Amino acid sequence: MTAQQPAERWSSWQAMDSGRLLLLAAAGMLMVAAIANTATVRVLAPHNAVAFGILIALGELLRLALPGGREAAPISTAGAMAYALLLYVKRLPGPHLPTLVSPLQVIAVAAVAMTIGALPHMAAGRPVGLTGMASRLVAVSCVAFIFRPLAGLHLIAGQWWLAASVMTVLVIFGCLIDAVIGALIRADDLGAKFGVALWDEMRVQWPLGAAVGASAMIIVFATETMGKAGLAVFVVPLLVTQLAFRRYAAIRSTYLQTVRALARVTEVGGYVEGGHSRRVSVLAVAVGRELGMSEPDLLDLEYAALMHDIGQLSLRDPIPGGATVLVSRADQQRIAELGADVIAKAGVLDRVAELVRCQSLPVRGVGPVPPVGSRIIRAANAFDDLVGSSTDRDRSAAALERLRLDTALEYDAGVVEALSEVAGRRRFSRR
Amino acid sequence: MGRVSRAAWLYIAAVVIMTVALVAPMRLGDQGAGWWIELGVLQLLFLICDSTPTPLASGQSAWSPSSSATLAAVMLLGPAGAALVGVISVLSLRRHLMLGERLFNGAMYALSGYAAGHAYLALRGHVGKPMPAEFPAIIWPFAAAAVVHVATNHGLLWGALRLNRKEGRLRDRRRMESGLPLLLASDLGYAVLGLLIAALWTVTGAFAAVLVLVPLFVARWAMGQFAEQQRAYSATMEALCQAVETKDFYTRGHSERVSRGSGMIAREVGMRPDRVDAIRYAGMLHDVGKLGVPTKVLQKTGALSEEEYAAIQLHPMRGLEIVREIGFLDEALTGIMHHHERIDGKGYPMGLAADEIPEFARVIAVADAFDSMTSNRSYRQARGVDEAVSELRNGSGSQFDPALVDAFISALQRDGWKLPEPAAAPLDHQTVTAQDHDDPTAPLRVVESL
Repeated sequence: MTAQQPAERWSSWQAMDSGRLLLLAAAGMLMVAAIANTATVRVLAPHNAVAFGILIALGELLRLALPGGREAAPISTAGAMAYALLLYVKRLPGPHLPTLVSPLQVIAVAAVAMTIGALPHMAAGRPVGLTGMASRLVAVSCVAFIFRPLAGLHLIAGQWWLAASVMTVLVIFGCLIDAVIGALIRADDLGAKFGVALWDEMRVQWPLGAAVGASAMIIVFATETMGKAGLAVFVVPLLVTQLAFRRYAAIRSTYLQTVRALARVTEVGGYVEGGHSRRVSVLAVAVGRELGMSEPDLLDLEYAALMHDIGQLSLRDPIPGGATVLVSRADQQRIAELGADVIAKAGVLDRVAELVRCQSLPVRGVGPVPPVGSRIIRAANAFDDLVGSSTDRDRSAAALERLRLDTALEYDAGVVEALSEVAGRRRFSRR
Repeated sequence: MGRVSRAAWLYIAAVVIMTVALVAPMRLGDQGAGWWIELGVLQLLFLICDSTPTPLASGQSAWSPSSSATLAAVMLLGPAGAALVGVISVLSLRRHLMLGERLFNGAMYALSGYAAGHAYLALRGHVGKPMPAEFPAIIWPFAAAAVVHVATNHGLLWGALRLNRKEGRLRDRRRMESGLPLLLASDLGYAVLGLLIAALWTVTGAFAAVLVLVPLFVARWAMGQFAEQQRAYSATMEALCQAVETKDFYTRGHSERVSRGSGMIAREVGMRPDRVDAIRYAGMLHDVGKLGVPTKVLQKTGALSEEEYAAIQLHPMRGLEIVREIGFLDEALTGIMHHHERIDGKGYPMGLAADEIPEFARVIAVADAFDSMTSNRSYRQARGVDEAVSELRNGSGSQFDPALVDAFISALQRDGWKLPEPAAAPLDHQTVTAQDHDDPTAPLRVVESL
């Protein structure tokens, strides 16, 4: 088994990252082709190219963390989209002459600027975010390839509303490409279903996508009056948006960290084995994802799994060993009720409280069928009680066998199958 | 504004009359239909922005970009248009406003717009859609208009607040001062947005308003999500701390009250709002580590053995161990770890003295001891506030930081203190602490080892 492991890991790594490699290869080829082409022909309107390049690089520097471990660079995306959509509608008299740059020049400028903007991240030892950059570059390239030829048409260039409509469609198209790529990567990384991942991606991305698209159009239209010198001004509305999103993402991650940390009080108090609640939550989320749960449901599941033992705090003394799978049904139910009461007191986590309340109910009992989250927690908890932090395969197989024997009454057969799938992979990515 | 004083009414009347006197004689008959349509769109923009302020920081400062509509009107429509855009705030959709406030707001924004419009004209700014050739020269008259707008606006508002409110308390003033950079930044933001709207208008007409509103609405949505999450966060933390406390009958509500007391001291000594928030969380979490102390040690009535005493002394470190992963709590962590240090260096776990003790820990120590003394314990009844205050004074300089004790006492005198509910006798199955490690009047008894 030990000899087999590296080969297995290699093949799983290959399978996992084939999508990402494809993306990086595509972005790399685009970048090389665009730079080579732009270097051989003349760079049109070099001042504009530099100004947009600075904006894109700055945007790449000011990246934004989004809920669920995502990363976005709204200012960079808006800058690159605007450069791809650049158009002079009114042909107003003045110093800002219209120029028709090629799509390859747009891609070259965006690629070079993104790379420059990523350098400080690299120097500071932060992740470079190659995947995100590649995805943005591919989205911008698609928009540029479609819109640059259209920009020369007299029809579109003459009417601002027609231009605005085409731009809106293309901006949505670009955001969709970004979302599809992001969903593919996430589905690969986390073992999620692609449809669910795409839906999650769109739900998280659309508000920011709307702001980015509007800002790109603001830049295009305002450049015509104010010239490229005003680029700094154009991003002010987007800057406000980014500030608001940053606070939102920060409180979300603080929330998760706090629940993770406070869930450990049961360990410090000696009620459960060290690391139990964390392991159960990681396992439960992996199983939930395997079963195609959406991200908001997974967050509830994670909270419930982290706090599933919190009811033990109300017990006078810790149960020896803390393994709730080994105590009586009545005690399990009491602990679950007490824990749910604690969580319900917060007033905002009612769904989480419900999951905790139903965690000890058998799948075919007298009452109604417990929610899928509760069934997952029940199975994950039992698995961890039997296996603990051990990574021994035989032990894990024995535990799964025991759970399988009980699927007639106690555990959900589908959940146990998903659990064995996940336990076989042992690649529980954290969010 | 609450109840409006007579002087304030007179002031409002004066401002309104002045506005009417300036606005009424304006001749608008020679403006074309296009001018009126643009005016209508800008008024609508003003109302929409005015009704959906975006709070950018905790506290009252909110980013309501309605002024940018007035400033765009300065450029597009001239002084009369800017005044008429400002007047529309009388119809603000914020419901809680009273008639007096509405009239004053309308007059104030109209006057500011009018003054800004004339500043723009005085520096030879051109009224109408800005053309590419005019940039960047047109920025200077526009900047002057923005400055005049801000000055008139804040000046009139300051006067109203001054007449309406009695002497501002020190901490209110401090809060205003700490908000000043943010205020200036947001004023700059309004000006920039106004310029942007005017520049977009040249190309896309009224569609400019829509384009600018989209990112602002998304920002507003994100801030709403943020506020919701923050409420949920506080509620969850409180619930979890209560869960930890249920283990001990007598200390229920202790963390919540220590959190409140620490917050009172922190505000009194003028900490920044974000630090006040952090210290309130630290107060909430300060005894989380007590869960690692075996129940039988907490329940013991007699003198503690050295090991048992060591177990109690370890609880701040245990608490730290639990909450260390919470990223934002950096400074709060030191408060949790050192909240049992004493100014004379005889505390635990490190035996730090005086200034070596982090400020958060010194604050929590005062609130912690005070709440312990004013709560019932199994071995004594709760003391009154006065008695507890004099105990704090006794310990001032040896156990507690004198400055913080003084701050707490003056905050107490002003805001009062909500004592815990008088606890009924504990039921049989409930755990009861026999000795309170927080109580400065009844130190833990420890068997001296040989």
